[in-house]
Amino acid sequence: MLAYIVRRLGGMLLVMLIVAAVVFMIARVVPGDPAAVMLGAAATPEDIAALRTRMGLDQPLLVQFVIYLKQILSFDLGDSIFLNRPVTQALAERAELTTSLTLMSVGIAVAIGTPIGIISAVYRGRTLDQATVAFAMLAASVPSFWIGLTLIKYLAVDLPWFPVAGYGPPEATFLERLHHLVLPAIALGIPNSALILRFTRTSMLDVLGEDYVRTARAKGLPPKVVILKHALRNAMIPILTVIGLTTAVMIAGAIVTETVFGLPGVGNLIVSAVLRRDYPVIQGALLVVSGLYVLINLAVDLLYAVVDPRVRY
Amino acid sequence: MASASPTILLLRQLRRRPVVLAAAAVLGIILAVALLSPWIVPYDPMKMDILNRLKPPVGGHWFGTDEFGRDVLSRVMQGTRLSLLVGFLVVILATALGAVLGLLGGYIRALDGALMRFTDALMAFPDILLAIAFMAALGPSLFNVVLALGVVYTPRVARVVRAATLVLRELPFVEAATALGATTPRIVLRHVLPNLLSPMIVQGTFIFAYAILTEAALSFLGVGVPPTTPTWGNMIAGAQQYFRQADWLILFPGLAIVLTVLSLQMVGDGLRDALDPRLQKVT
Repeated sequence: MLAYIVRRLGGMLLVMLIVAAVVFMIARVVPGDPAAVMLGAAATPEDIAALRTRMGLDQPLLVQFVIYLKQILSFDLGDSIFLNRPVTQALAERAELTTSLTLMSVGIAVAIGTPIGIISAVYRGRTLDQATVAFAMLAASVPSFWIGLTLIKYLAVDLPWFPVAGYGPPEATFLERLHHLVLPAIALGIPNSALILRFTRTSMLDVLGEDYVRTARAKGLPPKVVILKHALRNAMIPILTVIGLTTAVMIAGAIVTETVFGLPGVGNLIVSAVLRRDYPVIQGALLVVSGLYVLINLAVDLLYAVVDPRVRY
Repeated sequence: MASASPTILLLRQLRRRPVVLAAAAVLGIILAVALLSPWIVPYDPMKMDILNRLKPPVGGHWFGTDEFGRDVLSRVMQGTRLSLLVGFLVVILATALGAVLGLLGGYIRALDGALMRFTDALMAFPDILLAIAFMAALGPSLFNVVLALGVVYTPRVARVVRAATLVLRELPFVEAATALGATTPRIVLRHVLPNLLSPMIVQGTFIFAYAILTEAALSFLGVGVPPTTPTWGNMIAGAQQYFRQADWLILFPGLAIVLTVLSLQMVGDGLRDALDPRLQKVT
């Protein structure tokens, strides 16, 4: 087990090094001078030269990369050009909203995907099964921003049940904040429930065909106990993987959802940074989000052993 | 079985799946709209008519008019052309790049490790995030969206091609070709590549669907195709100020996206089932 963890951590570090290289290159492949692009048309040559020196752009590329890696390792992601504060601080300020939104969306996606997936597997081949498979495919085909706008139109404007946008005033209570996140979480959760639904169905179908499930049925246990206790527990492992993966995908999906609902989270920060060409923020956010993505995947793999004692590394 | 050509076998498989055929028919209609839109649009998609702005879908304008009085149906039809063009070019680019990387990795073992770590790293970014990052570096344009999404979806093709190549290279017909003295490029191009076509087509269909969804999201965020070009994503983005009164502005472009992506995914699923010999035995 320990050897496996060490090997996986090693692989992860290698991937993160390449990720850092890709992130590093993004500000370097900008057509023209990144410093000039960032400062805009009104900048004087002196301003541009000063920023170039500050960013270390006058150094050789490899030296720049080594300096960049050193900065990352000391948790320094540079300073935002427009926000006048360190990128880490800007990210931290917005992390709470994005985390809450992601967790709520995962909750919704799991609440939709898992039970429907189980029902679909139990009623395999019947109309109910075909309907749920069709639902999963439809859910995966709908853009989350379109669901978001549609929810705003009907559940916030026509029927004033939910706020149209934003995260409430600064003094808003926890419940008020949650109320602001309901529609965004539904918009993000529905498309992502599709994958969970399909995996739950497949995984349950595999398990329901096993001998021990037949034995459990043969000894007269009620179907509910067989499905939820004998089958679901063993089907959970692939389902957990896909829930982990979906969580990681949703952190990125939050970029679009936060824009639709005007939520001041990490996603919103990324989009405004792209529109303002605030490269330190873009790079920092990319690094943090993809780092989280890799970490979640690793955590899911390690959880295997906890959930299923048969898994040995 | 052996006498029928692969195409006939495929059609035979698909005939048993009416839903897939229906999806293919819808896709055919969408494709026809894309190809013919300049000649069949009811109105000039760019023509403004301020007197008839924000008219609901009745009478002369089936899908209503937008804030400048432009015909939404004509714009959705023109959007079909642009969104499908982006999707198609992304598939071509990702498939070509992915096939090269996958074949190199699967055939030249010395390159395999490095190439796979590279694709791992690209896949360590969520799709939309990597695409946004590329767009930040390249700047918004239709060509750059194709370039960014092409690179984003390359690893998916590369992995499938590599896995299939690893299997194919050990098969007797490749051994026979080697024994006959065929050069490696000839074996790869004449013997291995043709056998990779079906997994590549299946993967390409799904990438087509993802590319349309991601392009729409990028354009919606304002970092994709410039807003003056009426792709479906741009139409929805442009309607954000008005959709509370005029929901048809987001309804129809949105439905166009859903219908296209849904039929692509259904056709992709159908092709995968029909082309996968393991599944054929089961059903």
